[in-house]
Amino acid sequence: MIVAIASGKGGTGKTTVATNLAKIHEDRNVTLLDCDVEEPNSHLFLKPKIEREWPVHMFVPKVDLTPCIFCGKCSELCQFGAIVTIKNNVLVFPELCHGCEGCKRICPVNAITEGTKEIGTIAEGTSGKIRFLYGRLRIGEAMSPPLIREVKQKGLSDPRAEITIIDSPPGTSCPVIEAVKGSDFVLLVTEPTPFGLHDLKLAVEMVRVLQIPFGVVVNRSTVGNRDVWHYCQEETIPILLEIPDDRKIAVAYSRGDLIADALPQYREHFETLYEKLKSRNRSFAEVRS
Amino acid sequence: MRELVIISGKGGTGKTTLTASLAALWKDKVIADCDVDAADLHLLLKPKIQKKSDFYSGVRAVIDQETCTQCGTCRDVCKYGAISEDFVVSRIDCEGCGVCFHFCPADAISLQDRRSGEWYLSTTRFGPLVHAKLGIAEENSGKLVSLIRRQAKIVAEDRGLDTILIDGSPGIGCPVISSITGASLVVIVTEPTISGVHDMERVLSLSEHFQIPATVIINKADLNEEMSQKIVKVTGEQGASVLGRIPYDLLVTRAMVHGKTVIEFNQGPATQAIRDMGQKLFKRMQSTVHA
Repeated sequence: MIVAIASGKGGTGKTTVATNLAKIHEDRNVTLLDCDVEEPNSHLFLKPKIEREWPVHMFVPKVDLTPCIFCGKCSELCQFGAIVTIKNNVLVFPELCHGCEGCKRICPVNAITEGTKEIGTIAEGTSGKIRFLYGRLRIGEAMSPPLIREVKQKGLSDPRAEITIIDSPPGTSCPVIEAVKGSDFVLLVTEPTPFGLHDLKLAVEMVRVLQIPFGVVVNRSTVGNRDVWHYCQEETIPILLEIPDDRKIAVAYSRGDLIADALPQYREHFETLYEKLKSRNRSFAEVRS
Repeated sequence: MRELVIISGKGGTGKTTLTASLAALWKDKVIADCDVDAADLHLLLKPKIQKKSDFYSGVRAVIDQETCTQCGTCRDVCKYGAISEDFVVSRIDCEGCGVCFHFCPADAISLQDRRSGEWYLSTTRFGPLVHAKLGIAEENSGKLVSLIRRQAKIVAEDRGLDTILIDGSPGIGCPVISSITGASLVVIVTEPTISGVHDMERVLSLSEHFQIPATVIINKADLNEEMSQKIVKVTGEQGASVLGRIPYDLLVTRAMVHGKTVIEFNQGPATQAIRDMGQKLFKRMQSTVHA
């Protein structure tokens, strides 16, 4: 089962849920993929032994001006303004390129070949029995989806994995979509405040567009007000876990300690969460078949 | 024109709370919400929308099933796996590169303009606000951020205002880069947690990469004194400094629940700290070079 942990609002506890869920079920062949490649944090809590790390590259055009006839077809095709033909030169703007390779394909004289730019790195390792991969976007690089795609491609390759947990970036636009799509279930983590509720509603719209079954985790459930519960009830969205606002949790988190290790009284929360996910996954599988 | 941008790297550290407070404290500015992906500032500022406009950005490929010969060329050339076996383009996966359109031998594909969201010019009790809503599952948040900043500048020029206060988004990617390039000052709100420190380092490096002066505010500073010290140290090592600390204060959440800024709501320890920081930032802005 692939479970993506997402949220509209940042800082609601995605990484807390992802890492503790992984830790408590580590005997079940768990893989955790940190797809929040702009600001990956899971490794700070899982403290994995990294076994290998490699750079990830993306296509950008490389223009050979000798055969080039400056016909401008590449520039005409490019929707992103990443390749511009002027009188007797062709300028490439790698930061605007989306890697569609249209320019290379349309060039009538094969003056464009495959160049590359490094967009970030992926590290792979283990934390206890957990298999762990995370992407790290290069500082100054704007586009994270290609790196997220690569982390998922590498991370979803293990057929023995019983649970694959995806820690997603916040928001509702392209990076989140890239992280979440293809999952069997999405857990939306929120907090019971006006900001939390507002962004939860956006996240719910997003998973509905993607047509993936989902449920909600309410973190710091004892602050704010009850509007999140009212909303979930009206929309018949299941709330699968509530984590109270406990300063001890905040302090453990601040140090990089897992709740599963530092505060064993909360272990049960994450044990039942997995049982709930499993039963939902089974019922959805039945509906699908 | 001076632009102050509030960002954080890590989400949920208090960007919007701080932006709304500065909006309440400062006079003569335009406010811009550039967290277009999950905008929350309007929940506190309760804007009256004066003008609403569509945001069109990029294109989306559409296959005409009548003309399509199902030759499969489009599926071969699409780098994003966006075309299904029965030749329907996925709204989610299409990047809008237009390659399928160019190579379709039957001319069955057209490119349609993509309405990716909308943006608003509003008034609030603290002055004009420019804000937006990116469509769900849409792209080009960076372009929408640039549009908001451009519009905020126009409003400022029209009304003879000198300062733009910008609420940014989490992360270090496309919308963040668009919100900070060319700005006068970046304020990074962080928290004394292991992830807060890690993410702050990356966003400080980003500011450095684009050569924008940056300063750091530690929110919930008393949660972990050791981590707060670490923030001071790391910030110094990266050639920036910590402007101030906001203590952990439950009244901050209560103000939000009441739809108010902390400045209006109460006089707790966090409020006082934010007031002091507002003054410091104002002075710092006065001394920045006009962009």
